[in-house]
Amino acid sequence: MKILAIDSSGLVATVAVLEDNRMLAEYTINFKKTHSQTLVPMMNEIKEMIELDLNTIDAIAVAKGPGSFTGLRIGSATAKGLGLALKKPIISVPTLDALAFNLWGCERYICPMMDARREQVYTGVYHFSKGELIIDKEGCAIPVKELIEYINEQGKETVFLGDGVPVYKNALEEGLRVSFDYAPGHAAGQRAGALGVLALRYLKDGITESAADHKPDYLRLSQAERERAEKLGNKQS
Amino acid sequence: MEAKQRDVFILAIESSCDETAAAVVRNGRDVRSNVISSQIDLHTLYGGVVPEIASRKHIEKINQVIEQALQEADCDLKDMDAIAVTYGPGLVGALLVGVAEAKAISFATGIPLIGVHHIEGHICANYIEHKELEPPFVSLVISGGHTHLVKVVDYGKYEILGRTRDDAAGEAFDKVARAVGLGYPGGPKIDMVSKKGNPEAIDFPRAKVRDGEFDFSFSGLKSAVLNYLNTEKMAGREIVTEDVAASFQKAVTDVLVEHSMNALETYGFKKFAIAGGVASNSAIRSSMKEACLKKGIDFYYPSPVYCTDNAAMIGVAGYYEFIQGKRSDLSLNAVPNLKLG
Repeated sequence: MKILAIDSSGLVATVAVLEDNRMLAEYTINFKKTHSQTLVPMMNEIKEMIELDLNTIDAIAVAKGPGSFTGLRIGSATAKGLGLALKKPIISVPTLDALAFNLWGCERYICPMMDARREQVYTGVYHFSKGELIIDKEGCAIPVKELIEYINEQGKETVFLGDGVPVYKNALEEGLRVSFDYAPGHAAGQRAGALGVLALRYLKDGITESAADHKPDYLRLSQAERERAEKLGNKQS
Repeated sequence: MEAKQRDVFILAIESSCDETAAAVVRNGRDVRSNVISSQIDLHTLYGGVVPEIASRKHIEKINQVIEQALQEADCDLKDMDAIAVTYGPGLVGALLVGVAEAKAISFATGIPLIGVHHIEGHICANYIEHKELEPPFVSLVISGGHTHLVKVVDYGKYEILGRTRDDAAGEAFDKVARAVGLGYPGGPKIDMVSKKGNPEAIDFPRAKVRDGEFDFSFSGLKSAVLNYLNTEKMAGREIVTEDVAASFQKAVTDVLVEHSMNALETYGFKKFAIAGGVASNSAIRSSMKEACLKKGIDFYYPSPVYCTDNAAMIGVAGYYEFIQGKRSDLSLNAVPNLKLG
């Protein structure tokens, strides 16, 4: 099974091609956030480097969210365009699960966090048990404070990663009462290779969707919808 | 013996605002399909287009819209000679969906990619139903986001003669419609109630821009309408919505007609084409028609379906870019404030 994996949900833009248990190529940049300009040229470079015939791909894997709304859509629209043109399905992988997968085998708590603005983070809590990714806290958008409280309550040693870490480093260091650590640079951000390995597991289990049906899962309403819901809620109460 | 010219098929994609659209256009002027998925009902809840909601809807609909366009045209993706996509101006998040989709299709198939200017698309909408129309001519593009008076020098070659300094014409319609309680979208609603109103009832100002002969300004007019409504309300007088709408519409129309006719005369053009969503307005159409008739100018306007945002017009513009050898590379980005010409 061969897949092309894409993640442009955060500050990192990353693309990889995997075939079964072999990663043929990965291109990851964490420089300026110009995913719209860089993502497809990155794929093109990989394609040429590994003489990839796109028609041999079985599915396209993409980070489905959470993440930057625009970043997610750049990744999703790219995946959907590929899916439409190549007539291949899409494997939607939760961004936070893929981030956690960077730390494969880690039995401590793994806590990926992405900056969700307004003092909130997109986060979840995971650990590995015998090579399997166990989800301890499902992906969600919550205040950093709430996350810190949760981790303190669990009382387990935790490793943090993701582009939310530098933003909320002070809050973590002030609030945490458990032993904790940060993932090293090569594993701290989104890696399409890790996303791709996880996607291959989904593919084996037949968990795919059509390119037409695929859409990001933002974990959050738009501001306008949120405000409207609040207004309607106030009227009712 | 001259070889028979091969047909050129363009797949066009448009997602600059709140319509997700795709079309197949043959040889520049033959529209084989024109699929538009409108989000208007959704945005009506908010009294205007909400960019984030528009972007979310685009991504949900885009593949279905493209597939339907290919199917209705009885074409396969591999029959396409190029993929044309709107890359600006417009809402950046909305544009990005179409641009990323088009780039991925181009990358996956090797079909050339052409980034198209949205306003150029609107102007080119006139070529669809007027096969005889060719540059040079003058065009007035009026929509919810744009008000441009443009000299169409040649295919793909434009000079801007005038533009709005503040609100777009369609924006003024929306704001006034909201103020008189007609709701969103304002253009069609004002057009409708104006038919029952007296356009001479209230003398709203016709704004002139001092240092720009062909430029427009509609924010003063909008304020004048709001002031009028306020004054009448304070004085306890009854407000006749139909008269306010008709008088406002007349003020907009007068300025649009005057500037357009002056531009045609100044530059010595005999052909004039209007375009954009507001070009569907019946009062604007009939006043333009009358003014052109008086001056012996050929007047062109697209059917309403080609006035609103659509992909067929992007396919037409894309065709002329294509035959001139223009191509975009895979780093094409959305440019929300893209300039014309």
